[in-house]
Amino acid sequence: MTVSAKTAAPRLGRRERYDPKVVTAAFILIAPTIIGLLVLNIYPFFDTIRRSLYKTQGLGPEVYVGLKNFEKLFTDDMIGHATVNTLLYMVLTVPVGVLLSLIFASLLNSKIRGRDIYRAIYFLPMVVAPAAVAMVWRWIFNAENGILNIALGALGIQGPSWLADPNTALLSCAIIGIWSAIGYDLVLILAGLQSISKSYYEAAEIDGASGVQTFFHITIPMVSPTLFFVVLMRAMTSLKQFDTIYLLINTRNPAYKSATVLMTLFYREAFEKFNKGYGSAIVLYTFVIIAIFTAIQFISEKKLVHYD
Amino acid sequence: MTTVAQPAAKKKVNYRSRGKLIIHIVLIIGSFVMIFPFVWMILTSFKSNGESLLIPPTFLPNVWLVENYTEVTRTLPFGSLYLNTLLLIFFRIICALVFSSMAGFAFAKLRFPLKKFFFFLVLTQMMLPNQIFIIPQYQMLASMGQLNTIFALVFPGLVSAFGTFFLRQFYLSLPNVLSEAAVLDGCNTFQIFFRIMLPLTKTAMMALAVFTAIFAYGDMMWPLIVNSNINMMTLSAGISSMQGQFTTKYPILMAGSTLAMIPMLVLYLIFQRQFIEGIALTGTKG
Repeated sequence: MTVSAKTAAPRLGRRERYDPKVVTAAFILIAPTIIGLLVLNIYPFFDTIRRSLYKTQGLGPEVYVGLKNFEKLFTDDMIGHATVNTLLYMVLTVPVGVLLSLIFASLLNSKIRGRDIYRAIYFLPMVVAPAAVAMVWRWIFNAENGILNIALGALGIQGPSWLADPNTALLSCAIIGIWSAIGYDLVLILAGLQSISKSYYEAAEIDGASGVQTFFHITIPMVSPTLFFVVLMRAMTSLKQFDTIYLLINTRNPAYKSATVLMTLFYREAFEKFNKGYGSAIVLYTFVIIAIFTAIQFISEKKLVHYD
Repeated sequence: MTTVAQPAAKKKVNYRSRGKLIIHIVLIIGSFVMIFPFVWMILTSFKSNGESLLIPPTFLPNVWLVENYTEVTRTLPFGSLYLNTLLLIFFRIICALVFSSMAGFAFAKLRFPLKKFFFFLVLTQMMLPNQIFIIPQYQMLASMGQLNTIFALVFPGLVSAFGTFFLRQFYLSLPNVLSEAAVLDGCNTFQIFFRIMLPLTKTAMMALAVFTAIFAYGDMMWPLIVNSNINMMTLSAGISSMQGQFTTKYPILMAGSTLAMIPMLVLYLIFQRQFIEGIALTGTKG
């Protein structure tokens, strides 16, 4: 079919005629996805923008308030704290997490016995619900009876209250975040490392390059597209972090102000205080932050990432 | 390996094996950090509340108690939680595989008008954070009277933009020769899709299934929002509600967490290779 269309109408140039049978089939095939996207995503996106201009409280009627929600947003102390905490959470988790994943992936990439077992162990937190992960870390981080502080005590160190201390609460959440994500990132990076052609390493060995030189001049550039993808994905997820922080940092926590993030604030406003208009404004604000960071990363991609 | 007593070679072997040893030590320390929280979770879940607070702590429980498990199953309907989670994952996987395969094939292999525009819609969804859709999605379900249902749990995952994108990449890598031969044999587009192309994407579909399952299982915000009835919650959302009731009774909290962890963990241990290779594939192609 496609063959005959091409030979029959070469003069139509760029606008080749479509085969009506194929077009019908294509529309039938994409219909569920496109209708789904329109109903579940495209319409909601614009509806969220509309809602951000309204005040909605509980079951009462919507009232148009213009940009009041955004005015409130920029004068709200909690939003300020949450913004700082969200960015700090990203800075605490992404570089360390990706670096650790890269190190462990490189170690696993050497011809080592039991590689699959190690890989399976590091991936473990990914198959455990974040709620369960949050629960066990709350127990480990417990100030008096947590195993961490007991172990530190045995070494003569007085551990902090971790999740209940404003100075360490966000750091504790970041530790949990890194620990949870390391296996996932490692699997992606290891796949990237394994796709590097052996001939590069053989050439380097012949040229007498040291292990360190090989790592920085071959491994890093060759794996940089994977690393870029992992950093991008990790940065986006860290800016949207919700579950562990929501469970570990509740409103009664003395560290609430110094560890609450934008998504937990969004959830509390929209679904606990039923303030859907303000919630919409918060989520749009978060989206803008994510967009800015994504743009920054794509700009730096051109300089840092090596493609064949 | 080579036992020939050449000094230089022997030195090199020693050097290598010492390097291997260091790598193993580092990896084992890492493994300990990854596993210990789960071991501690399970051990604590069998201790009495008093024993769990002892300083110095006991490693193994003095008496292995099952009371924490009976207590937590009395408060939380674990049967329903398991079933709801299973149904959520099942329907999300089915929807993702069926609809994304169809659209992925069309985007990769068929010529039709507005293709770029439609594909742009797919990409847009991938770039926007999910939370931006949540309030309107919730309102839609509320106005349909569908809150506290399995349908509500599945709702945002009825179609998968990521799945469409991912499978499209896969279909693009399949050679056109296959379908051209089929056309000459008189196959129509649907037959080409279903009989020739679809069977070739088994690994990709497996990967998408694993990816969908892991994220559906872990998601907590959406189930908490749409299903407030404890009998309609998923494991993730259900055990998060324990915190309020057993604030500091850690053995009970650990028992609940263990129960929530077991099913996926068992699946993971059986299908470990498929899990990890699936995720690796979604990362490299996606």
